[in-house]
Amino acid sequence: MTDRIADIWGERTPHAKGTVWPARVDQHLEDGIDEEQVEQWVPSACLLCSNGCGCDIAVKGGRMVGIRGRAGDVVNHGRLGPKGLYGSTAWSRSADRLTRPMIRVDGVLTECDWDTAMARIVERSKQLSPLEHGFYTSGQLFLEEYYTLAVIGKAGIGTPHMDGNTRLCTATAAAALKESFGADGQPGSYTDIEHCDAIFLYGHNMAETQTVLWSRILDRTRADDPPVLVCVDPRRTKVAEEAERTGGVHLAPRVGTNLALMNGLTREILHRGWVDEKWVAAHTLGIDDLRAIVEPYTPEHVAEICGIDAEKVTRAAEIFGTSANVLSTVLQGFYQSHQATASAVSVNNLHLLRGLIGRPGSGILQMNGQPTAQNNRECGADGDLPGFRNWDNEQHVRELAGLWNVDPLTIPHWAPPTHAMQIFSYAEEGSIRLLWISATNPAVSMPESARIRRTLAGEQCFVVVQDLFLTETARLADVVLPAAGWGEKTGTFTNVNRVVHLSEKAVEPPGEALSDLQIFLRYAGAMDFRDDDGNPLIPWRTPEEAFDAWREASRGRPSDYSGLSYAKLRGSGIPWPVTDAAPEGTDRLYTDAVFPTATDRCETYGHDLLTGGTVTEQEHRALRPDGRAFLKGAEYTPAHEPVSDEYPLLYTTGRTVYQFHTRTKTGRAESLRRAAPDMWVEMSPPDAAGLGIDEGDVVRVESPRGWLEAPVRIGHVKEGTVFAPFHYGGDPGRQANELTMTVWDPVSKQPTFKTAACRVTKVREGGWPAPAPTTAASAPAGAGVPPTAGGAPTVSRVVPVPSYPNDPASIGGR
Amino acid sequence: MYLVIYLGLARHAEQTMADSLRTVGQGHAQHPDVLFTCQALAKMSDEHVRRLTPIVERYGEQRHGPEVSEPERLHAEGLASVRTGPVGLLRDLQDLHVLGTLTQTTWTVVRQAAQGLRDAELIAVCDHASRQNSRQLSWLNTRLKAAAPQPLIVGG
Repeated sequence: MTDRIADIWGERTPHAKGTVWPARVDQHLEDGIDEEQVEQWVPSACLLCSNGCGCDIAVKGGRMVGIRGRAGDVVNHGRLGPKGLYGSTAWSRSADRLTRPMIRVDGVLTECDWDTAMARIVERSKQLSPLEHGFYTSGQLFLEEYYTLAVIGKAGIGTPHMDGNTRLCTATAAAALKESFGADGQPGSYTDIEHCDAIFLYGHNMAETQTVLWSRILDRTRADDPPVLVCVDPRRTKVAEEAERTGGVHLAPRVGTNLALMNGLTREILHRGWVDEKWVAAHTLGIDDLRAIVEPYTPEHVAEICGIDAEKVTRAAEIFGTSANVLSTVLQGFYQSHQATASAVSVNNLHLLRGLIGRPGSGILQMNGQPTAQNNRECGADGDLPGFRNWDNEQHVRELAGLWNVDPLTIPHWAPPTHAMQIFSYAEEGSIRLLWISATNPAVSMPESARIRRTLAGEQCFVVVQDLFLTETARLADVVLPAAGWGEKTGTFTNVNRVVHLSEKAVEPPGEALSDLQIFLRYAGAMDFRDDDGNPLIPWRTPEEAFDAWREASRGRPSDYSGLSYAKLRGSGIPWPVTDAAPEGTDRLYTDAVFPTATDRCETYGHDLLTGGTVTEQEHRALRPDGRAFLKGAEYTPAHEPVSDEYPLLYTTGRTVYQFHTRTKTGRAESLRRAAPDMWVEMSPPDAAGLGIDEGDVVRVESPRGWLEAPVRIGHVKEGTVFAPFHYGGDPGRQANELTMTVWDPVSKQPTFKTAACRVTKVREGGWPAPAPTTAASAPAGAGVPPTAGGAPTVSRVVPVPSYPNDPASIGGR
Repeated sequence: MYLVIYLGLARHAEQTMADSLRTVGQGHAQHPDVLFTCQALAKMSDEHVRRLTPIVERYGEQRHGPEVSEPERLHAEGLASVRTGPVGLLRDLQDLHVLGTLTQTTWTVVRQAAQGLRDAELIAVCDHASRQNSRQLSWLNTRLKAAAPQPLIVGG
């Protein structure tokens, strides 16, 4: 019986390089339920981090009562993390689930029936023109739901104002892949972990954000032939500790200086002869420009900008330059920071310079923050067109118009689809007059949250919220729609390494709650959207029919699902593309070093990484990329809000291990909630000492935009920096995003949550430790804090290793 | 030699561009991308002025004959203040674009002369500035396209 709060990653199953990751089935059943009592195990995949672990939901008496990993699943080989084990099902029976629709009557949200709620939405919707509609969705819905919403928005209404909270977490991943390779889609695979000689984690605290993937890495680093790790993070995370343990490097650049570091690493690779010149000449474009851009970034210059030792820069470059196979993973430390896309693209550049792509062990994982974020990008319910089509390519738009049988002009493609920050800005100004928010909580998750609350609460915009609970956002809505959650509906989703899972309905949703697909179909029906022949625009009724429609939309595009079906997915997860040529899926892309950059195929013509100015079709065509990848760079510029006498400390935010999303689900799971029950902030020992602050003292943290009050954990954050976890909602005075800036990356339009300036003042003595966990990067610097423990019992069983289709170790290497 | 007039014009145009970018950025600071990108683009123009200045002085020192001054009609008016609202933003971005094209064609003209004079240093400055000018114009065009439909159709 394992307490997976105390033992986050579970027991090690070390194994040698090139061998299959052993299988281990993790299981948690709620208190009082025995395995024999489980009536049904319903196949699904976990939604509580971006890993997308295959799992089965335990059902008893019409309720979800637990979960276990699926040993045969290519993503997790049976393992689950603390969030998946403890947080997957507990929320579903919360007394505060939404069970009936609500409309605002005399200022008060009042329960009503579905017809009344939908009539109120449709009445408003029919009064408004296309550009007065906005849709802000999630990284939590299923593919079928995103695709249906995309068709409603892009062909029914015809509004460009659609985006998802995926903008906050994964937009830079998508942008970086598009800029380098011509289209979204992860080149590598999780199987690269078994074959690599070095792993670089850029701004990626994987030990906390993707615990199962981290255990996969630990099973390599704790074996006899471990890969060398390099960690880029301003906090001393478990990843940083493991990097030093394996003989690698922990680089802790000053917040906001990632691109200077990346330019320095690139310059070293170029100067020290580690470039595969022949491969670069054959398969890339742009090396001369890149060389010129990075030339000023000597190790010493980088050391000065980033506040790190020059030797560490050269050592990290040496590890990258001399390892036979390198896996790179990137996440929010880059994506939500200054010059996000340029920094993420630099990671792609390093791989291209050495030709480390398209073979086992040499992978790039531009990570996602949520497990269904990839679907949103593929299906186009966010700022992309379905099937990775290029909004700037008339032929691509005509294809969609043909698919939906509508006039191409209906599909808004005159400029990039409106990004989330701009959507909220239009709602604030009052030119978007109906904003429909599904399965997300922007009042907590968006930057400068006070501004978001004002916008949603204002009279200028009619707000529809569909969710499981009356979240901070739902409380500000004009209409609230009760939605079914995971396990209460059927659909598919795709994780970061392109693995598609089918998640089947295990139980009925409570009360009158409907699946998001049913809600969108109701709206489409009530609006009576028609195609050019007068037939219903959306002919499908079931998730499977929606999936089949999507298969056709994806056919021939890089994210090709044409060979997939629900029947096929009932086995286990399968990575796209799945086609007649690759009926069992595709473990890695670009094995032939041909990239989807041809002008007629690519998803974007690209951007200037410094300004976001778009490359035109003519300019792109003149470059004749024709399947070659782009090497692109940009000069480092200082972050938008430097420290000052008034605000002398850097403020940065992030996720920690026991929390997900805005704690809508994880905050309702007892084991997770107790492990990190309330808001805290982290400071370094010298900064705290300078202000007379002890562990647990309550401080006020202020930026030019807002403030929060919380106890201090004196921990391992870089000196001069204050860290705040960004999951806590509730009172405005305890939200990390009260302080963050309304500013975004010029290319990905992802908001910057990692760079702001702040000051800290002590409010009162705490007398007890901060409510921060001790098990990971929030560990205290000093002694005397009781260790975090006390999770409900779980079971782990090492089982015989199945054969994993597509896994190079399973099929004897390639 | 009238090149000196055009060198003065180039320097003046870039200075006007830098000042106007900063004015528009600050004036529309509620759009953070406009604020910060205009500041970044203004720095490009600053750099052009900085690199051009010694060359202007060199030609100034070599100059013979009667004093020549820039004809008044070659001056471009900068943006001393900004308009308000979303349509105002559009118009200000358009004005910046007009200034940017004047700057760009000025560099084209100067580069032709620099080639004739075999002035490698000036050719290098022209090439650099032209490339950066293109980035400025590209962003202005991109931002204009994104910003146009909403205010023109649903007002605001």
